[in-house]
Amino acid sequence: MAAVSTQRTADLREPSGWRRAKNRLAVGSMWFALLCVLIPLGFVLASVLVKGASVISWQFLTSSTIPPNVLPANFGGMGAAVVGTLEITAFASVIAIPLGVLGAIYLSEYGGNRPLARLISFLSDVMTGVPSIVMGLFIFTVWVIPRGLSGYSGMAGSFALACLMLPIVIRSSYEILRLVPDSLRQGSYALGATKSRVTLTVVLPAAAGGLVSGALLAVARAAGETAPLLFTIGAVEATNSNIFSGSNTALSVQIFDNVLQPYTGAVDRGWGAALTLIAIAFIFMIAARLVTARFNRYSR
Amino acid sequence: MEQPEQDVVTQTVSTHLPKLETTVRATSQTPGTAIFEVKNVSIYYGAFKAVTDVSLPIYENEVTAFIGSSGSGKSTVLRAFNRMNDLVQGARVDGEMTYRGADLYGKDVSATAVRRRIGMVFQKPNPFPKSIYDNVAYGPRINGIRNKARLDEIVEKSLRRAALWDEVKNRLKQSGLALSGGQAQRLCIARTIAVEPDVVLMDEPASALDPIATLAVEDLIRELKQNYTIVIVTHNMQQATRISDRTAFFSVLTDSKNDTRTGVLVEHGPTQQIFEDPRDSRTQAYVTGRMG
Repeated sequence: MAAVSTQRTADLREPSGWRRAKNRLAVGSMWFALLCVLIPLGFVLASVLVKGASVISWQFLTSSTIPPNVLPANFGGMGAAVVGTLEITAFASVIAIPLGVLGAIYLSEYGGNRPLARLISFLSDVMTGVPSIVMGLFIFTVWVIPRGLSGYSGMAGSFALACLMLPIVIRSSYEILRLVPDSLRQGSYALGATKSRVTLTVVLPAAAGGLVSGALLAVARAAGETAPLLFTIGAVEATNSNIFSGSNTALSVQIFDNVLQPYTGAVDRGWGAALTLIAIAFIFMIAARLVTARFNRYSR
Repeated sequence: MEQPEQDVVTQTVSTHLPKLETTVRATSQTPGTAIFEVKNVSIYYGAFKAVTDVSLPIYENEVTAFIGSSGSGKSTVLRAFNRMNDLVQGARVDGEMTYRGADLYGKDVSATAVRRRIGMVFQKPNPFPKSIYDNVAYGPRINGIRNKARLDEIVEKSLRRAALWDEVKNRLKQSGLALSGGQAQRLCIARTIAVEPDVVLMDEPASALDPIATLAVEDLIRELKQNYTIVIVTHNMQQATRISDRTAFFSVLTDSKNDTRTGVLVEHGPTQQIFEDPRDSRTQAYVTGRMG
């Protein structure tokens, strides 16, 4: 006992000097980087909230006619654009998500090192980097122009958005599928499962949460895109719930149109549309989180 | 209502299993029927020759242990028995490997059909991210059993045989990933025997487990021997002496000129003989601990 009490207490702190300084420096620069990211993000959110919140009302969200630009903000609303954004994005998702997930399954489970798989993987990487306006131009050229004025429709916009979403969905799904441990596949094969069984009953359920959140992130991204819609959906001020024919409209396009106007009413409506769009994206993100948690209930 | 359906299901299952019709119970002294015959088998991964010229029989209702140092090809040979090497790109088997008289690598042989009779337990427990129940029911389900009562019965029986039932019977709906290492490995064994295979291959099933869980798995292996033929790869020689009837010792041939290492089967025989009276000096060096 006596021997213990006379012993000096061990100094377990990080030794001072260069190592401690390096640590401080690294932690400090991380906080600085975080601030650099948060400040502009905060300003964007704050300005949209401040300028957009005043016009948001039930009437603004549901009104079926976007009023002439000269009218003040308490007239009409963006209901037509909300409907347009939802239906165009939904149809684009119906095209791009199944194709993208199936493509990723091919790349991850079936393609291996085959030339076709390598080609698809390379092309989808390249497509990820293509500016979104090029997708709009592409659909404009191959779909809208051959049909003349009747070529403008929500569906044409959906095609353009689907082109944009497809590589994103393929990439994110592929990465998620590669994360499924091979030991699970082997466990299933060892029970006499065929490759399709292994994929359907082990790989996909294990990856489901990630696949859904990847897909919803692509949806949120597409919902906010303007460029692919500029040449493809035409422009109308009234709700068009038929995406297959007739010009349509969308929140992103309305923001682009309205904020450039010299009339305060139109500008205010533009800000309101921006806030609405952010809210829609936000709801998608929350949904992605919830769905991921639901699918991952067995992974721990 | 469900009774007749159950009978039908039972019948279709039993047709997967020649064992039920042909079982000849082996006494522990004289070997029973050879269930596998391996003749001059070499296994390649691409240009790399992993194992060369292996010949040995595996007998029914016995535990055969594969021992030897790392890189001696024990696992490679084990994985050739249920064609798991097919999943490795470039893997190739030369020579003859038969299971109950049928060529395992014959033209019309489906690897899936092979694996339904020859199950495998892996080194690292790999429960599926599903509930405990669904883990065990997985195999029967892919074999077409849909009847709930029948599945319940299989799940309970398999978990009981794997000595896990009492620990999990009240939480069958919980994730299989929430189990401890030893429990997870017993779950994987339950999952494997739920499809009533003829043979169970085990690739170092206890190497990731603590001594108590290891003993539990070893007890289980002795139990399972009554109904199954077991081939087990182990790094633990005491384990081989505790559980196996027969032992095969593998070693590494090093070719310093080409800098290649190839696994080779040095000798095989009754476990007691291998450990007490080995014929080959390499075996003797290994089992007495003079060579790693």
